[in-house]
Amino acid sequence: MATKIEIKKFNLWYTDFHALKDISINIEEKRITAMIGPSGCGKSTLLRSINRINDTIEGVRVSGEINIGGTNIYDDKTDVDFLRRNVGMVFQRPNPFPISIYENVAFGLKVNRIASKKGVIDETVEESLKSVLLWDDIKNKLKKSALELTLEQQQRLCIARVIAVKPEIILLDEPCSSLDPVATQRIEELMMQLKEKYTIVIVTHNMHQAARVSHDTAFMLLGKLIEFDVTEKIFTNPAQKETHDYVSGRFG
Amino acid sequence: MLKLNPKLSQKISYSVLLFATILAIIPVSVIVFIIIKNGASAITWEFLTAMPKDGMRGGGIFPAIIGTLSIVLCAIAVTLPIGVCAAIYLNEYAKDNLLTRIIKLAIVNLAGVPSVVYGLFGLGIFVMFLKLGVSIIAGALTLSIMELPVIITTARGALNSVPYSFREASLSLGVSRWQTIRHVVLPNALPGILTGAILSIARISGETAPIMFTAAAFYVPHLPKSAFDQVMALPYHLYIISTQIPNMPKNIIFGTALVLLMMVLSMSLFAIIARIYFRKRRKW
Repeated sequence: MATKIEIKKFNLWYTDFHALKDISINIEEKRITAMIGPSGCGKSTLLRSINRINDTIEGVRVSGEINIGGTNIYDDKTDVDFLRRNVGMVFQRPNPFPISIYENVAFGLKVNRIASKKGVIDETVEESLKSVLLWDDIKNKLKKSALELTLEQQQRLCIARVIAVKPEIILLDEPCSSLDPVATQRIEELMMQLKEKYTIVIVTHNMHQAARVSHDTAFMLLGKLIEFDVTEKIFTNPAQKETHDYVSGRFG
Repeated sequence: MLKLNPKLSQKISYSVLLFATILAIIPVSVIVFIIIKNGASAITWEFLTAMPKDGMRGGGIFPAIIGTLSIVLCAIAVTLPIGVCAAIYLNEYAKDNLLTRIIKLAIVNLAGVPSVVYGLFGLGIFVMFLKLGVSIIAGALTLSIMELPVIITTARGALNSVPYSFREASLSLGVSRWQTIRHVVLPNALPGILTGAILSIARISGETAPIMFTAAAFYVPHLPKSAFDQVMALPYHLYIISTQIPNMPKNIIFGTALVLLMMVLSMSLFAIIARIYFRKRRKW
């Protein structure tokens, strides 16, 4: 197994608030890594540091390194736009653009000028929608507004939109928190398929979800990484008392 | 203290609130009613399309209509791009620092300056210092400065109403900040910006003080040939014929007021309809 994302002594401050403290994790390639912990523990902040989407928030400072493909993404020379193309992100609430389904998936290709030929774009749109198992449901209404889809379909569309720009890593920030249990299960099945091709990092406050889908789990508390290990170990025989208390439902 | 029964106090407050709301309608309806009643008889095709004659006691108000339209359209052509750019900067790029706060304070204060002061400012800067003379361009620049804070504020509102999640979605696809603004934020803010601009046009169409010293003429026997010509303008024309000319037929005064009112109201109405239309299409 190869390390895909190497987080080394990473710290983050929101102005004066020290939100992440000396985090070090190696995230493995083509696996699903879950980050769990109670609200405010910093798991989303850490996830949002991996594609530097936190940069958009005023007053954020960082120290330490996050290495992807051997280079530190916080290096001054990093092309942030290129980084974000390589490290896609799906958010808590499905956030399709208020344009057609087709245009949503084609958006990144067109605006980033990755492809301009209609044939190539058509093909990528179809491929991306197929890989999120949405194609068969909507192939006849590609011109319809994306907002007419169900929430689950919208979230699949958002994943397809990310896949279309061909990332290697996909970050999922509580992707099922606005979905019902059936939709949640189906998105989880999708994640299992996607891990064949992508490295997936998911933040969830649903412990059962972490246990069901992930290979590795990081447990965080108050901005610190308490424990990081294979998921089975975290949930059955954790090394730290805090982890045990959390996964057994004593707090959080 | 007197304790009313909750049902009764509910009824009383409801009535007071309703009455206050109805009070707001009354002046508008009375104004419209009086102007239509006294001015409708003056409105003819000739009145709208002919030059004035008999010392403005007869003929039409065509040059004043054209004058107002040209000043106002020039003004919006100047103020809209500047205002939208400033709004984009303030809403999308500006960090919360001293400079930003000074800019915001300046905008608020600019909006509070009385319009006659803009008129004098325009006279000093555009007419005299920049030697543009009393002209369409000087009046348009004066109005555009006056309208700038309003355009900036409405455009910022429109930009702000585009959900932050759209920006995040776009950025997380590796789309640059400017491209995100260009392809996601602006298209979604455009209806709001445009309706704001139309309302601004409506508002400045009726302004008298800023153009009095900078663009408007008592009487010009021909239509403007370039942006450097003096023009007649509806609000100023109305002021002249109602105060400066003896034996002015009443229906011409009210007819002119009616034309101005209809211009302003129809633009506002258009903006409102456009807004309803765009709101219906948006679902977030």
